[in-house]
Amino acid sequence: MIKDGTKEKQLARLLVSGPPLLFLIVFFVAPSLIMILTSFRFPGEFGGLAPVTPPSDKAIGEYGFTSDAYQFFFSDFIYTEIFLKSFAVAFGTTLICLILAYPLAVLIARSRKHLRNLMVLLVILPFASNFLIRIYAWMIILGPESALSHFLNTVLGAFGIAPVTLLFSPFAVLVGMVYVHLPFMVLPLYTNLEKHDPSLLDAAQDLGANSWQRFWRVTWPLSLPGVFSGSALVFIPVLGMFAVPDILGGTGDILIGNLIKDQFLGTRDWPFGSALSIMLTLAVLSVAGLTTWFARSATGQRAI
Amino acid sequence: MALLEIRNVTRRFGSYTAVDNVSIDVEAGEFFTLLGPSGCGKTTLLRMIAGFDLPDSGQILLDGKDMVGIPPEKRPVHTVFQTYALFPHMTVADNIAFPLKMAGKAPQEIKKRVNELLERVHLPNFGNRFPHELSGGQKQRVAFARGLVNRPRLLLLDEPLGALDAKLREEMQIELINLQKEIGITFIFVTHAQDEALALSHRIAVMNRGNVEQIDEPSKIYSAPRNHFVADFIGKISVMNAAVMEAAPSHLKLAIEGLGEVTAPAREGVEVGDKGVLAIRPEQVRISHPSNESQLKNHFRGKVHDFLYVGDVTTYIVELVNGAYIEALLPNSAPGRAKFFEVDDEVTISWRHDAGIFLNDPQ
Amino acid sequence: MKRGNLWLWFAAVLVYAFLYIPLIIVVLYSFNDFRLNAEWVGFTLFWYKALFNNTEMLLAARNSLIIALCASFCATLLGTMSGLAIHRYKLKVLPVLVFTPVAMPEILLGVSILLFFLQVLNFTLGMVSIIIAHTTFCIGFVAIIVRARLQGMDESIFEAARDLGASPWQTFRLVTLPLIMPAVVAGALMSFTLSIDDFVITFFTKGVGEPILPIQIYTMIKVAVTPEVNAISTLLMLLTLVMIIIAARLESNGSSEGNAKPHTAE
Repeated sequence: MIKDGTKEKQLARLLVSGPPLLFLIVFFVAPSLIMILTSFRFPGEFGGLAPVTPPSDKAIGEYGFTSDAYQFFFSDFIYTEIFLKSFAVAFGTTLICLILAYPLAVLIARSRKHLRNLMVLLVILPFASNFLIRIYAWMIILGPESALSHFLNTVLGAFGIAPVTLLFSPFAVLVGMVYVHLPFMVLPLYTNLEKHDPSLLDAAQDLGANSWQRFWRVTWPLSLPGVFSGSALVFIPVLGMFAVPDILGGTGDILIGNLIKDQFLGTRDWPFGSALSIMLTLAVLSVAGLTTWFARSATGQRAI
Repeated sequence: MALLEIRNVTRRFGSYTAVDNVSIDVEAGEFFTLLGPSGCGKTTLLRMIAGFDLPDSGQILLDGKDMVGIPPEKRPVHTVFQTYALFPHMTVADNIAFPLKMAGKAPQEIKKRVNELLERVHLPNFGNRFPHELSGGQKQRVAFARGLVNRPRLLLLDEPLGALDAKLREEMQIELINLQKEIGITFIFVTHAQDEALALSHRIAVMNRGNVEQIDEPSKIYSAPRNHFVADFIGKISVMNAAVMEAAPSHLKLAIEGLGEVTAPAREGVEVGDKGVLAIRPEQVRISHPSNESQLKNHFRGKVHDFLYVGDVTTYIVELVNGAYIEALLPNSAPGRAKFFEVDDEVTISWRHDAGIFLNDPQ
Repeated sequence: MKRGNLWLWFAAVLVYAFLYIPLIIVVLYSFNDFRLNAEWVGFTLFWYKALFNNTEMLLAARNSLIIALCASFCATLLGTMSGLAIHRYKLKVLPVLVFTPVAMPEILLGVSILLFFLQVLNFTLGMVSIIIAHTTFCIGFVAIIVRARLQGMDESIFEAARDLGASPWQTFRLVTLPLIMPAVVAGALMSFTLSIDDFVITFFTKGVGEPILPIQIYTMIKVAVTPEVNAISTLLMLLTLVMIIIAARLESNGSSEGNAKPHTAE
C-alpha cells in the first residue's frame, strides 16, 4: 500500500468504495430496517399495513406499534412446529449431502489436474440449469405415472403393501432439497481436501494406521473446515427455501419459506410475514455463528 | 554536494521504530549498499527514497531538492523489485518502454532506447516475448533494463538476486557490476547477504535495528569493523575478552585472561584499563605443529576441538589453555591430504602483532 | 490404495448419475410425442414449436433478457468497484454489505425489497424493482471473483507502475484494468446467468405486471404441466451451459498468463 498522504488517495478511495456502499445502503440496509419496523406494526384493513398515526376521521381500529405479530407466532404451536420442521429438513438435507458429497470430493482432490477440473465442471454444470427445472425433473421421476413409481409399487405390491405416492410427500421434499444443494457441499469440501498434504497419510500408514484409522484420524479432522463451510452453504439456504416444498411437497409439508410467502402474497399480513422473516434471519445468524465457532474450535484443537 | 542526502530520517510503525535517525550521503556514480539482517530497516529506508513511504521526521534530498510531498511517479528514481514486478500482460519490449511512454518520449526514440537496453542486458531478440515465457535470470535482466532505460538519477535494487540459485547469482553479480560501470548510474542496493555486499559495492552502510552501524568501503568494513555487531555480521570472527594494558600510537598491549599478553594494532580512543574483546579473523590465525617454533609475536598452545572441511580450506576450532575457542583457517593446498590435524591434537596458535582488532563496546 | 479408489469411483459415478439423470430425462421428454412425461412415444419438435407460438412465453423471455442485461451491467460495475475497494483499502463495512445478500436465504432479500418499494418508495413493483433486486445480490458474486483475482497477483506490479512514472489513474487504466478484465467479464457472465435463472427474488419483486421467464415456468408447473416446460428448460440449460463454459475459459486463460504470485527465496 502506498502511503503518500495525498488528497488524491482519499478521493480515489471515496470514488471506488462510495457508489457500491451507497447502493447497498439504500437497497439492502434500508429494506432490512424497514422489515424490522414492519414486524412491529398492525396489519392494514385490506392488507399491507395500518398507518402509524390514525387519520383524523377514524377513531377506532388499531394503529401505531405493537408486538402483536410476535405474540401471534407463539399463540399457536403450529408455527413453532413449522420452524422446527424446517430445521429438521435442513439438518437432514445437510447430512445426506455430506454423505453423498464426501467420497466424490475425495476423489476429485486425489485426481490429476486436468481430470480434476473436468470433474469439478461436471459438478457445477447441473447448477447452471434453472433452479425450477431441477425441481421439475423430480416431479417427473417421482410422479405416479413414472417408471420409478410403477416399479416401486409393483415390488411393494408383491409384499402386499398398498401403493405409495412418492410425489407430494416429505420424502419428495427431502430429495428435492438434496438435489438442488449438493454442488454447494462438494465444492468447499474438495477445495479443503485438495490442500491436504499427502505425506501425512503416508506417515500415518508408516506408523501403523489402517485405512479406516487414516481416514478418521487424519483426513476427517483436517477436512472439518471444509465440512463446516459446506454445511453452512447447504443448511442456510434450505432453511429459507419455499419452492421445493411448494412444488414437490404436499399440503402438510410447508416450511418457514412457504409461510412467509403466504403472508406477503396471500393473506397480506405484512407484520406477521416480517416477524417471521426476522425470526428466520435470527435463525440463520445463529447457525452461521455456531458454524464459525465450531470450525474455529475444531481446527484449533486438532493440530495433527 | 552528494547526489542523495538522507538527513536524520526516522520512521515508526506504532511503537516499533523501523528507521532511527539515519543519515547517509550517497555520491553520484556509486554502487552503494544497505546491508543488514531482516528487520534492520533497510527496505523501509529504500521505500522512503522511492516515495512509497514518508519519513516521520528528517529529510531526503535528491540533487539538493527535498523529496517530501513528491509522489513516486514524479521522482527521478526507479526501483528493481525483489519479485521483478514485470507487467504480465505486456511484452518485454512494452515493459521496458513503459517508463519512456510515461515520460512522453517519441515512438522512434522509445524504440531505439528499448533496443539499446535489450542489447546491453544480452537479450537482443526477446522484445516480443512475454514475462511468463522467461527464466528467472532473464526476468531479472528485463527488470534491470526497465529500471535503467529512462536514465534515472538513482536506481534502487531491493534484494534483486534473492530468488536466483547460487551459480546464476554469481553470474548476475558480475553482470551487475559491469552494467553499473558502463552506464554510470548511481545504484542503491539492499541485501542481507554480506558476501554479496562486499563483492559489489563501492561503499556499504551496515544497518541494525534501524540504526546505521558503519559506513565504509568493503575492505575497511571487513578489516576494521567499528563495533561488535559489524565484526560479527561480516565474515567469521573469533572473540576473546581482553583488557588494555598499554595504549601506544603504534600498538596496543592487551591482557587476555588465562592466556597472557597479546600485541594488537593501535586504535584511537582506547585507554589503559578499557575492557572489551579482541576480535580476529580465522585467516589471520595460523595453526602449526607444536614442534615448529613460531616467529609471530602472539603465540599460544591449544588443542583441536573440531574442524570444518569445505574443500579449499579447513577451519579448525581450537581450544586454548584458558578455555576460549579460536578459529584458524588452513588452506588444503597440498594435494592428497584432506587435513593436517585431528581432533585432540596439540597445536600452536599464532598471529601477527598487527592482526585482529580491539573492540571496546558492550555486547 | 487402489482398491480404496475403486470404491470411491463407484460412489462418484452414483453421485454423478444422481445429478445428471433427472436433467437428461427432462431434455429427453422435451422431444417426446406425448402430452404426459410418462412414457416415450416418439420424437417430435412439437413442443418447441408450441413454445415459439406462445406469445406470453416470448414476452417473458424478452423481459428476462432485458432484466439480465441491465442487472449484470450494474452489478458488474458496482461489484468490480467493491472487489477493488475491499482488496485495496482494508474496509470493514463494505465487505459485510456486499457479501451478506449472497449468504442469506434469497426469500429475505425478496421480501425486504418488496416492503421497501411498496411501503417507503410507494413505487409499483415491476421491471425496475426486479433489476434493482437482482443487482443487489449479484454485486457480491462479482466482488468475490474480482477480489480473488487481485489476491492472486503480485502487489509490486502496481507499485512498479507508479515507480516508473505512472499516475494512479494511469496505473489503473494501463495495468490494473487489463489484468482484472478476465475476472470482470466472468463476473458479468455469472451475473447474467444468475439473473436469468433467478426465481425466488423475482417472485416477490415482480408485482403483477410483466411476465418473467422463471415465473412463467413456475406457473406452468403448478397449473398445466406440458412438455413445453421441458422444451423451455432445455433451451435455458443450453444458454447457461454456454455462458458457464465461456466464463470458465476466461478464468483459466487469465491465470495462465503467468501472473500468479512469484516465489521469493527467503
